[in-house]
Amino acid sequence: MRHTIQQVFRSGKFVVGFFILVAMLLIVIVYPLIVTYPPLQIISQGTFFPPGIYVNVYDSIGSTRYTLNLENAAANRIASKLSNNDRHAMKDWLVAAGIPENEIDINDTEQLLGLWKGNYDPRVNIAGMTNAQRNYYIRLNNSLQGLLSTEAVIIAARNADIGALQEAGVINPSDYVNVNQVPNVRVLPLGTNSFGRDVLTELVKATAVSLQIGFVAGTIATLIGLTLGLLAGYIGGLVDDIIMFFTNLFTVIPTIVLLILISFSIGQEKRGAFTIAVVIGFTSWVWTARAVRAQVISLRNRDHVNLSKLSGHSVAHIILTDILPYIASYVVMALILQISTAILAEAGLSILGLGPKTTEVPTLGLMLNWALIYQAPILGKWWAYLPVILTIVLVTFSMNLMNTGLDQVFNPTLRE
Amino acid sequence: MPAERKVCLSGSGLTKVFGFGRRKTVAVDHVDFSFYEGELVSIVGESGSGKTTFAKMLLGLLKPTEGEIYFQGKKRDISTQKKRKEYWKNIQAIFQDPYSSYNIFRKIDTVLLDCIHMRGGRGLPRAKKLEMMEEACSFVNLKFEELTNKYPFELSGGQMQRLMIARVFLLKPKILLADEPTSMIDACSRATILDELMQLRDEIGMTIIFITHDIGLAYYVSDTVYIMERGRFVEHGSADEVILRPKGAYTRRLISDVPKIYEEWDLSTV
Ligand SMILES: Nc1ncnc2c1ncn2[C@@H]1O[C@H](COP(=O)(O)OP(=O)(O)O)[C@@H](O)[C@H]1O
Ligand SMILES: [Mg+2]
Repeated sequence: MRHTIQQVFRSGKFVVGFFILVAMLLIVIVYPLIVTYPPLQIISQGTFFPPGIYVNVYDSIGSTRYTLNLENAAANRIASKLSNNDRHAMKDWLVAAGIPENEIDINDTEQLLGLWKGNYDPRVNIAGMTNAQRNYYIRLNNSLQGLLSTEAVIIAARNADIGALQEAGVINPSDYVNVNQVPNVRVLPLGTNSFGRDVLTELVKATAVSLQIGFVAGTIATLIGLTLGLLAGYIGGLVDDIIMFFTNLFTVIPTIVLLILISFSIGQEKRGAFTIAVVIGFTSWVWTARAVRAQVISLRNRDHVNLSKLSGHSVAHIILTDILPYIASYVVMALILQISTAILAEAGLSILGLGPKTTEVPTLGLMLNWALIYQAPILGKWWAYLPVILTIVLVTFSMNLMNTGLDQVFNPTLRE
Repeated sequence: MPAERKVCLSGSGLTKVFGFGRRKTVAVDHVDFSFYEGELVSIVGESGSGKTTFAKMLLGLLKPTEGEIYFQGKKRDISTQKKRKEYWKNIQAIFQDPYSSYNIFRKIDTVLLDCIHMRGGRGLPRAKKLEMMEEACSFVNLKFEELTNKYPFELSGGQMQRLMIARVFLLKPKILLADEPTSMIDACSRATILDELMQLRDEIGMTIIFITHDIGLAYYVSDTVYIMERGRFVEHGSADEVILRPKGAYTRRLISDVPKIYEEWDLSTV
C-alpha cells in the first residue's frame, strides 16, 4: 500500500495534477479567511467594472497631498484622454474639412489640438459621415476641453448656512495622494460582473461550490456504480440480469438528456446546489457500474477467490477482501473522472439555465450563464467569463492529469 | 491400499460445457468415476484435456452442466452457503499456480488463521492459535517467525506451495485435490513438495486426487490412475495396470513422452 502511494507520487503527471488541485483547494479555503466580503454582495452601481484598484475620490481629496514633479505626468494625462486612434480620427476630420494633409502631424499634440480647436465645428457636415461618427467626434471634442490646461482645480463645498459654494481646497496637476493613506481603496482584480459583484470573490466561492458538487456527485455516482458493478459481476445470474437491464436503460438515454429532464421537472425553486449534485450523481453511475462489473467478472474465477471460498468466507467477505482491493486503484480513477465530469455536467446544466437556483450560491456554471445572458463576450467584458472558463479547464485538466498518471502507474504497459 | 474399499467421492455423467454455438467447448464429457477412501488417485492428461475443470467441479467451484457428484455415498448438496462451508471442511485444494493462489493484500498469518477458524477454532486463546500455526509451518519446514507479518508474494513459489500444504495440515480435510501442484515451481522444490504431500497423507489419512500431465510422476505416487483425453476418462485402473500394460494409444503416447518410466524413480529428477 505504502509502496503504491510512493510510486504514484513518483509519476510526474500525477504530481502536477495533484499540485494544481491542492493549490486550488488551498486558495478556496484560505481566500475567504482573508477576504471576508460576502461573495454575492452587489458592490458596483452599474455592471462590468473593469479590473483594477478602485480609490475613493472623496477620501483622496481629504488625504494628505504630496507634490511630485514627475516628467511625463502631463504626457500620460494627455495620452489617457487622447489615444492614437483618436489622433487618426482627428486627422481624418481635419483632412475632410480641407486642411492639407502634410500640415498635420498627429504626434505633435499641441499642434494637433490647435488645429482642432481652430477648425472643428460640430455643425459642419462632412460627406459620408454617419450619425454614429458625428456623435463620436462630439464626444471626443468634449473630452479634449482643458486637456492642455495646467491650471489648478478648485474644490468647493456648499456652505450649509448660506447655501453658496465656498472654496475648500486647490488641487494642482502635480498633487499626489498616497494610496495607503486613503481609507477606502478596493482592489477588484477581476472587476465586477453583470450584477455588480466582485468577480474574484465570487469566482473563489463558485469554485468551492462547484468542487463540492463534483465531490458529492462523484462520490454518489461511484458508490452506486461500484455497488451495482460488484453485485452484478460477482453474483451474476438473475441479479446481474436485473442490474444490467437498468444499466442498459440508463445507457440508451444520454445522461445529459436525463439530467435536463430531471432538472427541469424539479423546478427552479427547489434546485439547490446539493440537489443538483445528487441529480448528477444519480444519473452518471452507469459507466462506473459497467467498468467495475467487467473487472469483477475477470476476477471472480481467480484462484485466490477460489481459495477464499474454500476457506469458508461469506460472499460479503469475499467481495470486500478478495475483489474490492484488487479494483481499488481502478475505483479511485473512476472517482476522479466522475468528479471532473460532474463539475462539467453542472456547468453544462447551468449554461442551459437548469443549474442551481441563482440567489443562494454561485457556481462556475452559473457564472458562465450570467456572463452569457448579459452578453459579456459580445461586450468584450472578458473578466466576467474568461477566468471562469480558465478555472473549469484547470480543475478538469488537473484531475485528468492525475488520472493519466495513475493509469501509467497501475497499467505499466501504458508507460512510454 | 486399505483392505476395505469405501467410496468417498464418485460421480456419473459429469459434464461441463463452456460457451455455446460455434464457441462451444466440452471441457469434461460425461465422465464416471469412483475414488476410494485413503487412496491416491492420479488424473493424467495433456494440457487442455479438462483436468482443472474436472477438479473445480469436484470442489464445488464450478457448476456441472450435467451429471451428479456423490460424496460419501450421498448426492452432494451445496445449494446454500452453510452447506458449501460444511462441504469445504471435507474437501480442500492446492492449485497449480501458487503466484495467483493468494490474495496479495492479506498477510500469511490471516491465511493460516482462516483455516483454524474454519475448523471451529475461533474462540481458542491466541497462544494456542500461534502454536497450531507454528506446528503447521514446521511440518512443511517453514519458520513461522519468519512468515508472520509477511505477504505471500514475498515468498518463493516453492514456499508458497508449502504454505498451501500447511493450510491443508490445519484443515485436515477428507479429500485433497492437488491440481498440478509442482508444475509451476522450480525443479529443486518439486521433490520436497511431493515428499511433504506424502507425509501429510500419512499423517491425516486423506484421499488425494493428484492431477498431473506427467504420467511418470503419476506412476511414482499413485494407487489408481485415470487417464483423461479431451474431457473423457479413456482408461483407469491401478497404477501398474494402466502404466505397465496400457491399452489405449493415447496412454502409450503419454508414456513414451517419459523416458525413464520403467526405471527406479529418482527423486532428484522429479
Ligand atoms: N472458463 C472457461 N471458459 C471457457 N473455456 C474454458 C474455461 N475453462 C477451461 N476452458 C476450456 O476447457 C478446456 C479444458 O481446460 P482445463 O480444464 O483448464 O484443462 P487442463 O487443466 O487439463 O489443462 C480447454 O479447452 C479450455 O480452453
Ligand atoms: Mg489445468
